[in-house]
Amino acid sequence: MLNSIWIGLVFLSIIISFFTGKTDAVIAAVTDNAKFAFEMALGITGVMAFWLGIMAIAEKSGLILLFAKAIRPILRFLFPEVPEDHPAMGSIVMNMAANMLGLVNAATPFGLKAMEELEQLNDKPGTATNAMVTFLAINTSSVQLIPTTAIAFLAAAGAKQPTAIIATTVIATIFSTITAITAVKIFEKLPRYRLRSE
Amino acid sequence: MAMVQIGHYISDSLFLGFVIGIPLYGACRRVRVFDVFVDGARESIPIMVKVFPYLLAMIVAIGMFRASGGFELISGLLSPLLGWIGMPTEVFPMALMRPFSGSASNSLLVDIIQHYGPNSLSSQIAATMTGSTETTFYVLAVYFGVVGVRHTRHAVPVGLLADVVGILSAVWVCRWLLT
Repeated sequence: MLNSIWIGLVFLSIIISFFTGKTDAVIAAVTDNAKFAFEMALGITGVMAFWLGIMAIAEKSGLILLFAKAIRPILRFLFPEVPEDHPAMGSIVMNMAANMLGLVNAATPFGLKAMEELEQLNDKPGTATNAMVTFLAINTSSVQLIPTTAIAFLAAAGAKQPTAIIATTVIATIFSTITAITAVKIFEKLPRYRLRSE
Repeated sequence: MAMVQIGHYISDSLFLGFVIGIPLYGACRRVRVFDVFVDGARESIPIMVKVFPYLLAMIVAIGMFRASGGFELISGLLSPLLGWIGMPTEVFPMALMRPFSGSASNSLLVDIIQHYGPNSLSSQIAATMTGSTETTFYVLAVYFGVVGVRHTRHAVPVGLLADVVGILSAVWVCRWLLT
């Protein structure tokens, strides 16, 4: 799926640029964005190193286990294939906590670590497991409870009540997360997406 | 302004709770916090080495499409639908951009706030949308990239469905609560 989306974006941008007369801009975008991607990767690597360090302490001190125990019933429903004491559960918990609190920079390293640990349980490398797709569905539905970035933008522009969007964000997020979890649990059983056991 | 300060205060204390609270708790539990921190931090570079090509591929393709004017074209084609769902026209390009690029959709959010004022319904809808949706394609490419998953199964349809619901709920919840 990502293959067709990628080639679609690249191919269409060239075709569209012939009509909009922006071919030069598209050509410039290739180099500009390649450079930008590397600069961004450097930035992320630094922040990621810091948060992975913090997470290692949380793990070693038993803090993550404590969190994971507290929400065990939810985790068991969402990830029935993952053993309760598997390290992936800890990373998933940290990722969700960071996401909910709007600590976007912390969420990504925890999430990537969770994916690597979920991969250890994957007996068909190269194919996503149910647990991976469920984890990503929760991530892409955004479980943000405190939209820090958006509040900052509104506050900077002098909004009367920038925090008014906390309530609206929480409600909208609940709708999108419920949709994502329901959809992921239904879609994983559809013939088109079911894991095939060869 | 008091509310802004409370907002800042909450997010700062949460941040500090993570940054100071966790090492402090570790130290109390007799964890060698410095050594453990360094070991954990070391994992960052191998993860980025694996993820970078996926990140690059996605950022370049999306950047090309944006430069070509493709997003404006799609938004023009779909604009008749907007009245029906109650979305202000000026918010639509941002909604369309959101699943692809966080930085681009954030800059569109800033545009909306500057142009229509921070207290307008459009600004509030756009800001809510930022919190209730994710940069789905970026997340999928990078997260699946790190484990080399090629067959993504139902991840793309589910992620897009969640975005559509997040966008529509943002519009409806703001109209319901803020007007």
